[in-house]
Amino acid sequence: MSAARPYASILAVLALGAVLPLVTSSNILLNGMVVTLIVALAGYGWNLLGGYGGQFSFGHAAFFGTGAYACALLQQHYGLNAWVAFGAAVALGAAVGGGIGYLSFRSGLRGSYFALVTLAFAEVFRIVVNASPFFNGAAGVLLKLDTRPGNLQFASRASYCELAVVLVGIALVATRAVERSRFGAYLVAVRENENSARALGVDTFKVKLKAISLSAALTAAAGAFYVQYFLLINPELGFGTSVSIQALLAPIIGGLGTVFGPLVGAIALHELGEFAQGLLGGLPGADMALFGLSLILVIAFARGGVLSLVQALRWRVPGKPIEARP
Amino acid sequence: MTFILEVQGVTKRFGGLTAVDEVSLAVEAGSITGLIGPNGAGKTTLFSLISGFERPSQGHVMFRAEDITALPADRRAVLGIARTFQIVQPFAKLSVAENIAVGAHLRHRSRDEAIRSAREIAKRLGLGPILEKPAASLTVAARKRLELARALATEPVLLLLDEVLAGLNPSEMRDIVPVIRAIRDVGITVIMVEHVMQAVMNLCERVVVLNQGRLIADGKPREVTRDQRVIEAYLGKGAAARLEAAHV
Ligand SMILES: Nc1ncnc2c1ncn2[C@@H]1O[C@H](COP(=O)(O)OP(=O)(O)OP(=O)(O)O)[C@@H](O)[C@H]1O
Ligand SMILES: [Mg+2]
Repeated sequence: MSAARPYASILAVLALGAVLPLVTSSNILLNGMVVTLIVALAGYGWNLLGGYGGQFSFGHAAFFGTGAYACALLQQHYGLNAWVAFGAAVALGAAVGGGIGYLSFRSGLRGSYFALVTLAFAEVFRIVVNASPFFNGAAGVLLKLDTRPGNLQFASRASYCELAVVLVGIALVATRAVERSRFGAYLVAVRENENSARALGVDTFKVKLKAISLSAALTAAAGAFYVQYFLLINPELGFGTSVSIQALLAPIIGGLGTVFGPLVGAIALHELGEFAQGLLGGLPGADMALFGLSLILVIAFARGGVLSLVQALRWRVPGKPIEARP
Repeated sequence: MTFILEVQGVTKRFGGLTAVDEVSLAVEAGSITGLIGPNGAGKTTLFSLISGFERPSQGHVMFRAEDITALPADRRAVLGIARTFQIVQPFAKLSVAENIAVGAHLRHRSRDEAIRSAREIAKRLGLGPILEKPAASLTVAARKRLELARALATEPVLLLLDEVLAGLNPSEMRDIVPVIRAIRDVGITVIMVEHVMQAVMNLCERVVVLNQGRLIADGKPREVTRDQRVIEAYLGKGAAARLEAAHV
């Protein structure tokens, strides 16, 4: 088997994503695409830790917000170049992930306890940022409009789209690479049975720490990109619970612990949100209610998410051989 | 004589219960030892103390003349101590090959090599035809083999087998006994907890007996099964005398 084959489908999807912004000039479509890709990217972060590692975080907003605020403030307070700030924001996100992971995993937190503690961290971040003048409190941070590629700001939405495709592409490739590595095998082993993993020589603490750092880095990148696109971040947009929920919904609805799950889930969520908007107008919270409903449906009828449904349908097509693996 | 493993005065208390009580035991490299005793005697606990899943309340565990009492389980696996679980704990959603590959990764960083090594071990243990099946779908016998295969994949020096024959039918047992003998024959030191005495007599050159956490007998299989204290541990006080009387 050639080494490139596992990446062929990823390249195909990315090529499609890269072509899309070139063939449309609809701002609504392009905007929808950017927003969807941001959710997907945040979801890729969550998927590494939750989908592959089985550690369900309820507080990925902590990383998203860290990425967004770090990227914005490093430019505004310290005059850093936007690209440099972006890189630093990702690194800081990884560090925050490592810190939260160290504290939670060292004390042996698992399952709902881990979920609650991550939720608590995100909430503490939100409250602190909301109250602190350094972060400009509830008003949030506005980035100065200065559209230059060197400043990581673009005049055209299509350019943002292309950059988002690149970022999601990195997440896709990273996910596939993890899947095919020893670290990935250990991560899945930790998800399936920590005791057995330890018996086979897996340092489960180290594996989880590595996973949460990588996970946080990806989600922080989503946050940093968000602020470059909207030029605005505030405590609710950065650290709000709905950010954490979207980061976990995308992979769960798309397909937990799969390479394309978060992307498929983010697209499904976006379409669902549009649908809610059309159906119920501006009714606040309508999209969240619909997200909740879809989550219930996925958990009740399609544990493997949309991707598993697609696969099941494919198997029913007559004439196609049924694969041995479920 | 070189001892690969030395358990020195090890005690394990769970609250008020003493599961393992000042046990000392030295195991020769390359040997195969049976660890027997009635239910609740402390056999599994002793395995957990050796493999690092429990810390002793007292005493030391030495591996290749090095004190490993403070080492966590995963570090001991790296040193070459592997165990199977009495209650099998497969990675349920992973295939047989992937399950074994996790073990193989301990000595092989590359995924392709780990999978290749896993397949090889699976074939050796008769798991070849079900390599791609998810572990959750396996029969009891196959799960036991998988547990054994995974442990073997870590390329251990010392292998602790906790009732790998339990729940198997006689023909499945007959199949696996030579597998265990082959493991010993490649030089891996084996300690096996087993209730199936026929297998113990067949495989082990030495048998140690635990009862209520204490080591009560240690010797050749034939000697141990004739030991008065061992018979009483299994059959109750006075049983040895009654058996003796019945024979006369
Ligand atoms: N984690 C634990 N906490 C409390 N008590 C325990 C624990 N593990 C074992 N025990 C107790 O220690 C004693 C020894 O148990 P152990 O499992 O070692 O026995 P065993 O010889 O393996 O028995 P079996 O043949 O039934 O497998 C039992 O009384 C058991 O209930
Ligand atoms: Mg036991």
